[in-house]
Amino acid sequence: MKAILKRYRVFLVVAVMLGILVLVNNQLGFKALNIAAYSFKEMLLVIPPVFILLGLLDVWVPKETMIKYMGDNSGIKGIVLSILIGSAAAGPLYGAFPVAAVFMKKGVKFSNILIFIGAWSTTKIPMFLFEMTALGTKFAFTRLAVDIPGIIIIAFVLSKLLSKKEIKEIYQSAELINK
Amino acid sequence: MSNYILYGITVALLVISYFKDKKKTKMSLKKAWKAFENILPEFLVVILLVGVLLAVSNPKAIGEVIGSNSGWLGVMFAAVVGSVTLIPGFVAFPTAAMLLQNGAGYMQIGAFVSTLMMVGIVTMPVEIKYFGKKLTILRNILAFIFSFLVAYIIGLVVGGI
Repeated sequence: MKAILKRYRVFLVVAVMLGILVLVNNQLGFKALNIAAYSFKEMLLVIPPVFILLGLLDVWVPKETMIKYMGDNSGIKGIVLSILIGSAAAGPLYGAFPVAAVFMKKGVKFSNILIFIGAWSTTKIPMFLFEMTALGTKFAFTRLAVDIPGIIIIAFVLSKLLSKKEIKEIYQSAELINK
Repeated sequence: MSNYILYGITVALLVISYFKDKKKTKMSLKKAWKAFENILPEFLVVILLVGVLLAVSNPKAIGEVIGSNSGWLGVMFAAVVGSVTLIPGFVAFPTAAMLLQNGAGYMQIGAFVSTLMMVGIVTMPVEIKYFGKKLTILRNILAFIFSFLVAYIIGLVVGGI
């Protein structure tokens, strides 16, 4: 019980603050609650399949397979796969991090994980169709054309900015996180 | 629509998994739940904060500040606003379209959409939990800078420069 309370303490603090906001400014508070409820519904709708797929991946796909296709020596194949998997995803960016943790457990190369995160954040296929209708074909294609090389470059720069030791530590904490 | 595809694939794989090995299927569901429960406190905080942020922000006022004549100052403002808030795409794009109609420029919208999707101050606690402080901060800074390049090229191609 105490452990649960500790884990959720930030949430409780924010919830109490939101409660105060409702009391002080009724209209604004309820508007915030409404949007939060909407996001929550969205989360419940999109998140379950993402996590079930993550569980299936963890149990069924052997580490050797993942290393072969996305590991240290996977080259361009690994980069393309990372972009495709990230782009096929659904849901907000924070859903990508638990998937990335499983990737780390399975020995996926660090830069490929970062490419996957980049693709999830910005080149998602369902979102691209949406962007085309909302902001125009020219806008959407230009952004995509800049984003694909961009996320690859950012991934490589980030892996160079971190030392081998720091990367190893991130992989180690990923091992522990879903235990 | 894409949700249906995602659900379809997930259910199909679950069924195949179940027929192949019941025990493994149970184990994967257990792992799925654990991974979810592990991140749930941070998820909930993010959802509440996004609610408050969206409630206090005013699309019309923002549209005026990032008008098509606002130049790089407008791009800067758009990038900062996009970095703080984190809106799912299906809300973000109509919002961006509305801002365009309210007079915002393409360049500024380019920066706004880009940081909206790639930079997340509010989601940082979730990211730090998995990637650590250093990588999280560096990734967000690089994505922020990158958004200016996106804005510039959109300005060249779509209009504004």
